[in-house]
Formats: sequence, structure tokens, C-alpha cells
Amino acid sequence: MSIEIKTNSVEPIRQTYGHIARRFGDKPATRYQEASYDLEAKTNFHYRPQWDSRYELNDDRRTAIRMADWYAVSDPRQFYYGAYVGNRAKMQEAAETSFSFCDKRNLLTRLPEETQKQLLRLLVPLRHVELGANMNNAKIAGEATATTVSQMHIYTGMDRLGIGQYLSRIALMIDGSTGAALDESKGYWMDDELWQPMRKLVEDTLVVDDWFELTLVQNILIDGLMYNLVYHKMDAWFESQGAEDVSMLTEFMRDWYKESLRWTNAMIKAVAGESDANLEMLQKWTDHWEPQAYNALKPLAEASVGVEALDEARAELSTRLKKFGLQSQGVSA
Amino acid sequence: MVSKNKKLNLKDKYQYLTRDMAWEPTYQKKKDIFPDEDFEGIKITDWSQWEDPFRLTMDAYWKYQAEKEKKLYAIFDAFAQNNGHQNISDARYVNALKLFLTGVSPLEHAAFQGYSKVGRQFSGAGARVACQMQAIDELRHSQTQQHAMSHYNKHFNGLHDAAHMHDRVWFLSVPKSFFDDARTAGPFEFLTAISFSFEYVLTNLLFVPFMSGAAYNGDMATVTFGFSAQSDEARHMTLGLEVIKFILEQHEDNVPIVQRWIDKWFWRGFRLLSLVSMMMDYMLPNKVMSWSEAWEVYYEQNGGALFKDLERYGIRPPKYQDVANDAKHHLSHQLWSTFYQYSQATNFHTWIPGKEEMDWMSEKYPDTFDKYYRPRYEYWAKEHAEGRRFYNNTLPQLCQVCQVPTLFTEMGEPTRLSHRQMKYEGERYHFCSEACCDIFKHEPEKYIQAWLPVHQIYQGNCEGGDVETVVQKYYHIEVGVDNFEYIGSPDHKHWLSIKGKSFDSKAEKSEQDAA
Amino acid sequence: MSQLVFIAFQDNDDSRYLAEAVMEDNPDAELQHQPAMIRIQAEKRLVINRETMEEKLGRDWDVQEMLINVISIGGNVDEDDDHFILEWK
Repeated sequence: MSIEIKTNSVEPIRQTYGHIARRFGDKPATRYQEASYDLEAKTNFHYRPQWDSRYELNDDRRTAIRMADWYAVSDPRQFYYGAYVGNRAKMQEAAETSFSFCDKRNLLTRLPEETQKQLLRLLVPLRHVELGANMNNAKIAGEATATTVSQMHIYTGMDRLGIGQYLSRIALMIDGSTGAALDESKGYWMDDELWQPMRKLVEDTLVVDDWFELTLVQNILIDGLMYNLVYHKMDAWFESQGAEDVSMLTEFMRDWYKESLRWTNAMIKAVAGESDANLEMLQKWTDHWEPQAYNALKPLAEASVGVEALDEARAELSTRLKKFGLQSQGVSA
Repeated sequence: MVSKNKKLNLKDKYQYLTRDMAWEPTYQKKKDIFPDEDFEGIKITDWSQWEDPFRLTMDAYWKYQAEKEKKLYAIFDAFAQNNGHQNISDARYVNALKLFLTGVSPLEHAAFQGYSKVGRQFSGAGARVACQMQAIDELRHSQTQQHAMSHYNKHFNGLHDAAHMHDRVWFLSVPKSFFDDARTAGPFEFLTAISFSFEYVLTNLLFVPFMSGAAYNGDMATVTFGFSAQSDEARHMTLGLEVIKFILEQHEDNVPIVQRWIDKWFWRGFRLLSLVSMMMDYMLPNKVMSWSEAWEVYYEQNGGALFKDLERYGIRPPKYQDVANDAKHHLSHQLWSTFYQYSQATNFHTWIPGKEEMDWMSEKYPDTFDKYYRPRYEYWAKEHAEGRRFYNNTLPQLCQVCQVPTLFTEMGEPTRLSHRQMKYEGERYHFCSEACCDIFKHEPEKYIQAWLPVHQIYQGNCEGGDVETVVQKYYHIEVGVDNFEYIGSPDHKHWLSIKGKSFDSKAEKSEQDAA
Repeated sequence: MSQLVFIAFQDNDDSRYLAEAVMEDNPDAELQHQPAMIRIQAEKRLVINRETMEEKLGRDWDVQEMLINVISIGGNVDEDDDHFILEWK
């Protein structure tokens, strides 16, 4: 075989990796593409997992959802690790400014005791929900096959840990960093009637086997109702209770949720659009879980902003799900 | 409601910000939430004894990691814009990167998947969080390596299809099976294998002297990602040591289980790193440190200190460490000799080291190189000069466990090949060593499943019956471009043109003669 | 048998201050320069003090900032607000 050597030694002999070129053509690829496509092992696995010998490693049968190519699900934000941490570093810098502003001016310790108690009872226990979300997303990252899918979930999982930490810091600011407020808040999570349906729901998600079912329940259905209720509707209600400064400390969550809609919407659109079988499966899961998410949040809504606000959130979720061809019990106002 | 209680110290505060977010479940059974925690027989009596190996909250993580990434990508951009590949010591060096990208980078991705999994499996929230941070770090390494090599891939061959090759190519089943072995094990064995034996005990050998070597060979992109990745590694190593101490302190029944894992994973890792030995001694044209020196510093000295520290738990050094220590005088030479013969089936080139390099090896390996290996190279160089570049056309016998060809010699007997075999359920299995045979005996039902590349070729599962078809079609190694001898290869000619020289086959051959 | 702990840094400007601080606080430590890296080893114990670093840098310094430049370590880690210690007990 004779090989033609280009005289211009700076001229590239190829523009990108073969596996990237097979998808996108041999042209300069983006960093997102080279970081995200076809990096995982796909075949010739040596041993069956001892923790679940039904399937092989990286086996796409670990969910009932079928995709001809899981890479049809990709991230509209084009987050590879570097882009992800760069983005979050900026968000945390803004959050840090707010936290230290609140701290220096004693904005939370100045609040009436009753309002502080409301924060500890109605807001801070969500840190435990965040830890559940963290665990669920770690599981998904460990089981999803395509890197475009698994990486979105590990980013989200770490985000949820971070959000849980921000919520915890609200309590630490209230109690002057002794941990007493966190202990009190955890007591509500464990024993207050208000939280028991939610705690049961979170524990129920922790035993869901199918990872796609889990991402639907966690990242679309529960979050779809919860983030809207807590960080928008309850946020306004806290303001009416004189705790408007707390809003500064939950700005991260609002920005984060707005951004997360980009990838969750893209993911459900791709999966639901793939086949009728997928759509049916998603519908079945939605029928099963959406009412549970609603019921789990109901006591929280009742104790704060009122159940109408939760109904509004439900209607908004319903409108969103309709775009993917999914029906839910929410009624548009 | 400023409380009268004492202000939290850093450690307690970190616990509030991580494990205190967890709770004792009451609506679901703990066993159902964490079903994989018990089956290995490890007894954990009290997760609250877990010592967080580092105290990094997510805000600090994002901040520091973003800073690292910013620095790293600035260098990648500068490297590509300035055609940094032209400034490396010699194009032979790039062959080490080919081995790295196909052999190591896919492991980073497997580590991401493995740590995500264990980051959910443990019921101790502190351990889960530490594992999750490592998961996302490993994803980082997998991706920064793709980006670092991206520019090289545009100018050299053999880097173009790493993940595809990793799943198929014969010698890449060595790293692949290593990680598959760990990922298919339970969560405690996974951490003993990867966090402790691999990260803590062995990876310094890959990432520290080799990356330093990359710097010495003008490869700014690789040294930068290598050292930037290592800055995460310091956290991972701390996790590795903490997890071992934690398991050992929890229950005395854990000691023999962990000891067996240490024996197994030290050996598995040592065999995997035999590939690195040849990268260091043969594939770095400018040499920093020999494999045997690196082994002395990073295993005998550091590993020695570590195992001395672990004595108090009843842990002894790995069972076959003496064999590994003895092998430091031979390993790189035995590996390179093998790859030299099988270059028709690799995505990188091989060559006979030049005269100065051989003299360097004589100096670094005074008791072995001139006696056992130099004559072999001189013979092959002569053959090559006479137009008979040696390739071995018989496929090698692979070890059932480590999957390296059975190329190693017995301890203290460098002219006798080491080989073991045993029958299991009517089938005969072959091993490179007593240590691999031991590993098999303990879990035969696992290792009989191994996807052995040579067997698979002979069974007709690799798109062809002859090596050339398998290499071209199944492996995606472009015959005549990616493989065979370095001298006269497209990479070699390309390099000469970069340096303003032209390829003269006669001159090159006589240069080989001089070697 | 001697039991060495070690720490290796990327050879850059930050690390020069680190190395200086480490050598000041651990006079018996041995400093080695290798391509692109600085390696410091010591018998049994090596300590990095926040206070010394802050003196060198003339600014506040968080012990965790060190993580950006570390390449590798050997030894048990004990880290708090004021120091980072590597040791074999």
C-alpha cells in the first residue's frame, strides 16, 4: 500500500476521531461532541455483574424504554465537564455573594421566631428530598449507557447535593452554625405529618429499579411540581410573611431549575417521539407517579401558599407533558 | 433564634452538609434501598465511624474545578493553535499516546460509571458522596483526555477509534478485563480494587513519572492534562486509604476478605501496568526515569511504607509482591519484545531502540539488559536491515485472568517462561503465573466467562479468519498506516517532512544497523 | 525500614510558595526537582501550615487551594482549617 504524504505538514490528516466522524462527518468537531459520543464500552464484556447477573455491564435492557440509539438524547446546553463546572462556578459565586450579604447583615437572625420556624419547617426539610434526588441521579448515571445521557444525570446528581447544601446553610445561618436548627428541621422531616407523604414518596423512588422510570419520576414529575411550588409560589408567600430576604438564598434553585428544563424537555421529547411503545410506557409511569407527587406536596401547599397554587403547578406540568403527547391529571386553568 | 450551643467545627459542619441530609428510612426497608451492601460478606457495624477523606462542599468543588479546567483548556487551545505536535522530541513518542488513548482513557470512562454505581450502593452517605465526586472527576479525565489527544489525532495515525478498539483489540482486553472485573464485583471489592490497590498503590507509576516524561518530551498537552487530573487523584487516593482503614476497623472478619482482595488487585494492577513499563522505557525518546527506578520509588518505597502502616490491622503486603519486585529488571524488555513481534496487530508502531537508548538501558538494567535483551534486539535489527523485519504470525497464548500473552519468565529464572494450567469442569485453562492461577482458583465461575481475543478470533467471532481481516475490519486498525514497524511508516515520513527531511529507506536502514 | 511520606506539586508559581513554606516548616524534608514537578519527601511526617503560607503569600489562604497544584501524595491525610498533614503513624 502506498501512502501519499502531504507536503504541508501542518495540514491535518483527519478532522476528528472516527467515531465522531461516523456520526457527524469528518469535519472539526465541537468539544461537546468529542467528550460525549461513543466513549463507553459497548460489547465483549468479560464478566456478568455479581450484583445483578440478569444483564451485562452497560446493558441497555436495564430500562424498559427502547431507543435505536440512545445518543438521540443529547444535552441542548452541550455540557461536557469543563463547560458544566465553569457554568456552576459562576452560579455559586453569585450565591456566595447573597449568602455572605445575608450573613453579614443578620437578615435571617433578625426575622421573627415564627418566621424562622416556618423556614425550618417548610423549606429546609427539602434538603432531604435533594439528597434522595442526588442518590437517584447517581443510580441513573451508573446505569444509563450513552454518555450524553449519563453525564447529564451525574451533573444533576451533584447539583442536587449542592442545592441540599445551600438549604442546609439557611438553617446554619439561622442557628449561628450550631446545627440546632438543622436538627429541628430534620425532626419535621422524620415525624411531622406534613412531610410524611413526601418522605414516603422519596423512599419509594429509592427502590425503583428502572432507571428511565426513575428519571421521569424524579427529574420531571416530582421536580416539575416541587420546584414550581416551592421556589416560585411559596417564594412569593414567604415574602408575604416578611421573609423576602430568603429569596436571595434560593435564587440558585430558580436559575438551576429553569436551566434544567432544557435538558429534561429534550430528553422526554426524544424518548417519547421514538416509538408508541415508549410513549405508552411513559404514560403508564406518569399515571402511576404524578398523582403521588401531587399528594406528597399537598400538605406543604396547604400549610403555606394554599392548594390552589399546587393545582396551578400541576396544570403547568400538564401543559408541558402534553407537548410530548403525555396526559396527566392536571387541569389547565 | 441564635442558639447557645457551640459553634460547629469544620468536620462537624461538613457532616451536617453531607451525611446529615440522609435519614433512617421507615417506609421502605433499608435492605431494599441498599440491596448490594451485604453479599460480599463485609460487615459494617457503624457507618457513622466513616471519616470523610476530604471536606469539599459542592460550591468549593465547582470553584476549584472550574479554575483547573480554565487553565487546562487555555493550554489545549495554545497547543493546537501553535501546532504543538511539531515540538515534541520525536514522533515515536506519539505511540505512547496511542497506547494511552486506547488503553487508559476508556478506563477513565469505566471508572466514571463504576463510581456512579457505588456512589449509590453504599448506605453510608459520607462514602456515597466521596464516590460520586470521584465519579464526576473520572468523567472529567475521560473527556479531557479526548480533548488533549484531539490535536494529535489530526496529525498522527492510530488515535482515531479508541473506544471501538478498546472493546476488541487483543492487548486492550488487558485493561478492559481489569475494569470489567472490578465493576462486576460488589461495591467494597470495587473500592478495594480501584480506590486502594489501583489509585493509591499503583497509579503513581503511570501518572507521575510518565507525565513527567511527557513534559521532558515536549508534550505540553499531555503533561497538563496528566497533572491536572492528578490534582483530583490526590483526593481519590485519600478516599482509597480511608476506605481500607474503615473496612478493616469495622469488623475483624473483614480482614481476610480484604487481604485476598489486596493480593488479587495488586497483582491484576501490576500486570496491567506492565504496559506502562514499556511506555516508560521504550516509548519516551527522552528518558526521565527507568521503570525499575519508578517501581523502587513508587512501589517498594511508598508501598512499603503503606503496608507497614497497615500491619496494625493484620494486613500483610500483597502475596506476590516479591515476584513483582524481581520482575522490575525484566518487565519492560519482555513486553516490548512481544509487541515488536506483533506490531501487525497493534494501533501503534514499534522499533528497535537506537544505540544511545540501548546504552541507557544497559546502565539502568546492568544485570539483565546486555545479558538477555540486547542480543535479541541486535539480531532483529540485523534481520530488519536485510529486509526481514520480524513479525510473529502465530497468535499468542493469553492468560485466562490478566489476558497478557504468557510472555513472562519465572522469578530468578529469566530464560524460563512462566506458565501454569489447570482443569476446571473438563476444560483446560492457561495462566501466565502462579498469581493469576490463584485468582482463577478462587473465582473460577467468574474467569471462565472471559472474552479472550485470541480464542474469539479462532472461533470466527471477529469478522474474519485471518489476522489482516480481523485487524482491518474488526479492529479498525488501518493496515499499513496504523500498524507495523515505525521506520518507514506514514507517521515517520510525516515527521521527517515536519522536520524538513525526506525519507531515505537505505539511510534509515543503516541507522538501524548502527543500533 | 524508613517510612517516607511525600507530596508532589506541579512546577508553577503557586507551588514555589508552597515548596518554600513546606521546607521552612519541615527542615528535614528533601526536595527534588523533576521535569514539570516538585516532589518533597520526609520521614514519617510532613506538615503544611496555613499560617506559613499566608505569610509567604501576604494574603488569606485556604488549605484546600492546595488541591489545584497537588499531583500526588503518600501517607495518611489529616486536614483541617489550619494545616494539611501527611503521616505514617
